[in-house]
Amino acid sequence: MSTDIVAHRAKNPTLWIAATAAFVLLWFVLYGVLAPLSAWIVSLLPLAAASRLGGAAAFFIYETPKVLMLLTLVVFAMGVVRSFFSAERTRALLAGKNEGIGNVAAASLGIVTPFCSCSAVPMFLGFVSAGVPLGVTFSFLIAAPMVNEVALGLLFALIGWQVALTYLAFGLAIAIVAGWTIGRLHLEGWLEDWVRNLRSASADIPAATITTIDRIKAGIEAVKDIVGKVWLWVAAGIAVGAFIHGYVPAGLLASIMGRDAWWSVPAAVVLGIPMYSNAAGIIPVVEALLGKGAALGTTLAFMMSVTALSLPEMIILRKVLTIRLIAVFAGVVGIGILAVGFLFNALFS
Amino acid sequence: MKHVKVLGSGCKRCQTTAEMVHTEAKKLGIDISLEKVTDAALIAGYGIAATPGLVINGKVVHAGGVPKAEDLAKWLSEG
Repeated sequence: MSTDIVAHRAKNPTLWIAATAAFVLLWFVLYGVLAPLSAWIVSLLPLAAASRLGGAAAFFIYETPKVLMLLTLVVFAMGVVRSFFSAERTRALLAGKNEGIGNVAAASLGIVTPFCSCSAVPMFLGFVSAGVPLGVTFSFLIAAPMVNEVALGLLFALIGWQVALTYLAFGLAIAIVAGWTIGRLHLEGWLEDWVRNLRSASADIPAATITTIDRIKAGIEAVKDIVGKVWLWVAAGIAVGAFIHGYVPAGLLASIMGRDAWWSVPAAVVLGIPMYSNAAGIIPVVEALLGKGAALGTTLAFMMSVTALSLPEMIILRKVLTIRLIAVFAGVVGIGILAVGFLFNALFS
Repeated sequence: MKHVKVLGSGCKRCQTTAEMVHTEAKKLGIDISLEKVTDAALIAGYGIAATPGLVINGKVVHAGGVPKAEDLAKWLSEG
C-alpha cells in the first residue's frame, strides 16, 4: 500500500516541478551567502589576510564552491534543454539543407544536441550517409564540442557573462565559416572510399515517451555525468589559479601572454591541441592568468583550441576521414581561432 | 527468442544499455540473444545518428542514449 503511494507520488509531475523549484531557490540562497561564508571560514584560518598564502587560500575557498555551484546549475539547465533534441531530429532538420543556412542551423543545433565525442564517428557517418552536406556536417562537429555548457558555464562563473557571450558568438561564427569553407572546397572525394559509398535510409524510430519528469531526470543525469567527471579538474585548476593569484606578481605575464606579444596567439592555439580532457581545469587557470596581464584574445584562442581542435577526436575521426581532410579541417578551424585571438587582442586592451 | 543488438563503439553508455537489456529480459523472463555491434559502418547502416542504439529483431527501436527501463520492458515484450 505505502509503496503504491510512493510510486504514485514519484510519477506526479507537479511534485517534481515543485521539488526542482525548491532546489533552485535553495541554490540562490546558498549562492547569496557564499561570499560572507567563505570570508568567515578564511578568517578562522591562522593566516594573515594580506599574506600571499592568505590570498591564495581565500581565492580557493571562495572560488571552488562558487564554480561548482554555477556549473551544476548550468549543466542541469542544459540537460533539460537537451532532452528536447536528439541527433536524429537534428539530422532530419539538416538533411538536404543548402549551404549557408544549413551551416548556421548546424552550428546552432550543435549547442543543444546531445553530443559525446565517443559518438563522433557514428554521428558523422549518420549525417553524411543521410544526405547532410559535408560542410554542414562539419559546422555541427565543430560547434558541438566547442560551444558546450561546461565551457560556457565556467566562463560565465569565473570571468563574466560578457566573455561567455563573446565566446558563444565567436565559437558559432568559427563553426559556420569553417564549415561553409570546407563545403565550398568540395572535398567529398577526400572521405574514405567506403564512407562515400555509404547510403542509408534514416531509421524510423518510434517516438519515445518523454514526460516532464523525464526531462528533470535528464538534467539530474547530466549533472551526475558531467559535474561528476570534471569536478576534480575544476578543483585542481582553481588550486593552480589560487597559486598564480597569490604568488605571481601582477603584470608579469603581460610580456609573455600580453597583447603586444603577437606570437602568443599561435602559441596558445598549438598548446591547446593536445589538451582535451583538461578543458575544465584549464579555465580557472586561464582566469588567474587574465588577472596577471594575459590578453583576452590569447586566452580565448587557447580555450577554443583546447575544445575544438582535440587530438583524440581527430584520431577517432581518422576512421572516416583521410589525413588530408583532417588537415584541412584543423587548418580552417585553426585559422578561425587565430583570427578571433588577434581580433580580440586588437579590440580590447 | 529475441535478437537484441546494442549499437555503439563500446563506450560506457553502451555497456550500461547492454546490462539493462539483460536485467529487463531476466525480469520479464524473456529469452534473448544479445549482440554488441561496434563497427561504425554497420552502425551507420542501421540509419541512426547517435549511439547507443538498440535493435530488437531487426527493428531499430531507440538511438542516442541509455534507454528508460520501462521503455525497454515495453519493447522487449512487444511483437
